Amino acid sequence: MSRFIARRLLLLPFVALGVTALIFSLTQLLTPAMRASLYITDPRQLNGLPDIIRKYHLDQPVYVQYWEWLRQVAHGDLGWSETAREPVLAAVQGFFPATFELAAYSFACILALGIWLGTASAVRKDQIIDHISRFTSISGASLPTFVWGLVLLMIFYGHFGWFPPGRLGLDADLFVRSGRFHPYTGLLTVDALLNRQWWLLWDAARHLVLPVATLTYFLTATLVRITRSSMLETLRADYVRTAEAKGLPRAVVVDRHARRNALIPVITLASLLFVGLLSGVVITETVFNWPGIGRWGVAASQQLDIPAVTGFALIFAAMLVLGNLCADVLYAVVDPRIRLR
Amino acid sequence: MSAVRTPTLTAPGAAPARRGQQTAWQRTLRRFRRNPLSVLGLCIVVFFTAVALIAPLLAHPTERNAYMIPHQGYSSDPHPPGPEHPFGTTEEQFDLYYGVIWGTRSAFLVALTVVAFGLVVALTLGSLSGYYGGWVDEVVMRVTDIFLAFPPLILAVVIVAVLGQSVRNAMIAIAAVQWPTYTRLLRAEFLRVRDMDFVEAARALGVSDFLIIMRHVVPNTIYPMLILASLDMGGIVINFAALSFLGLGAPPGYADWGQLISLSKNWILGTAGDPFQFWYTLVVPGTAIFLFVLGWNLLGDAFRDIFDPRQQGSM
Repeated sequence: MSRFIARRLLLLPFVALGVTALIFSLTQLLTPAMRASLYITDPRQLNGLPDIIRKYHLDQPVYVQYWEWLRQVAHGDLGWSETAREPVLAAVQGFFPATFELAAYSFACILALGIWLGTASAVRKDQIIDHISRFTSISGASLPTFVWGLVLLMIFYGHFGWFPPGRLGLDADLFVRSGRFHPYTGLLTVDALLNRQWWLLWDAARHLVLPVATLTYFLTATLVRITRSSMLETLRADYVRTAEAKGLPRAVVVDRHARRNALIPVITLASLLFVGLLSGVVITETVFNWPGIGRWGVAASQQLDIPAVTGFALIFAAMLVLGNLCADVLYAVVDPRIRLR
Repeated sequence: MSAVRTPTLTAPGAAPARRGQQTAWQRTLRRFRRNPLSVLGLCIVVFFTAVALIAPLLAHPTERNAYMIPHQGYSSDPHPPGPEHPFGTTEEQFDLYYGVIWGTRSAFLVALTVVAFGLVVALTLGSLSGYYGGWVDEVVMRVTDIFLAFPPLILAVVIVAVLGQSVRNAMIAIAAVQWPTYTRLLRAEFLRVRDMDFVEAARALGVSDFLIIMRHVVPNTIYPMLILASLDMGGIVINFAALSFLGLGAPPGYADWGQLISLSKNWILGTAGDPFQFWYTLVVPGTAIFLFVLGWNLLGDAFRDIFDPRQQGSM
């Protein structure tokens, strides 16, 4: 078990090296003058451009440049983001809680809804709930996130006025920025709880509803499908029939015997879920004007804010790699057969 | 329609060769017809193919570049559907009907280009990697690992940011995130086939590696790839539309569904008395992309149901 995890951890530095190499080679498509913008924090510095190019070795061979860049990144210096008007690392730290809050709530909803619907439609195969869940999952996989998000906004914000876009209303935003609110975690719902500001909690939750609903609808589809087919296979297994023959209630057979085993293949496909979640977060944040890393990265990409784009790519790669690592470890914990390999 | 027909030749569990190709083909057709959703998917795909083919007849191009949507004036407010504009106009008076019709063409153009590129790269790298193994395999697989360490959309965004935004660069970006999946799948197929008896026999007869790969291995591995590609058509179009929506793909006025949806962003609110006043700016292009992707997804599901041996036993 620990050997399995150790091997996975040993691979991490190599993946990190490869990821940085790929990002770096992409920036090599730009001219040295454009790459020099990494180090410019003030338009007045533009006059000294040749000096900057020389100072940061941008006219040197590629491997020298890569090494210099890697050294800076290792020191946490990712350059200056013009879009956020602060250093890239500070921007990432500032935007991360918003993205994490959105992703975490969505992930919880996806897991709960996906597994419940998947199980229900496998147990009641070809009945109403199965048809509904299959229709939902097929349409959810075909409707692009941004179309669904805009439709939700049109109905629930435009028509009903219930769930506004953004992360906070104006009053709440002013209050959060004032000294009376202590940001413990950066997650507004948690902070509001800790500060005992119930109206703020209500406001933050109201803003979370639509983006979370968008991500959930779009990603539950995959999970329902996997859970359903895995569950169908498990329900045919001999030990399930044995359990039923012993006279156990149907609910116990389904919940304790079948579903636990049926969820093992679901963990292997968690990677698919992370990929969808991270891509979906970027689009959802743009649709709902959610001040997270995704919206910032997209804005930076439109404005050739290369330092921000590299930071954005690195943080998302890191999140995906770490997410997959967690899934692998969880898989090994859950399924002893994996540990023995 | 070769994608529908040819896989029957190698599909596991398909009719043995002695019973003839016709029988296998008929069995596939029967399986296919039994599921109304598969038939629906096929109908949708055929419909969109027809629209793409006769786009110039349905919407006569007036601009020099037929993919640019004609517009009269620059008045920003969208106009509802009427006799002159059957689907209405969106921001800056771009005609939605024209955009949807020619958007079908650009959707096919993007999806087919990306799939073709992915298949060529996968065939080259996957065959080298799967057939020869060793260090070639190791290098190719580690490179795909690195590409797969990024969520595809994020890598595509970064590539477009560096290359500059245009339709061509968005296609390059999507192809760049698509090839690793294809390559890995094809490599796995090559590994499966390369140790089979008929390949061994060809090798014993002294057939060169190149001919073995081209004549014996590729024909036996390409069909799963084609199924994957058909499953992917919708996903590629969604990704391209997403790039356009994020302002990193097609420029404003280009006949692309994602771009039209992006133009509707400012019009989801309507006016005080009529909250759904501008519904058509979102619903028209949104429906187009939804149906297109739905059609391909249903068709892809049908292929998987027919050719996946594990599913066959249960049917």
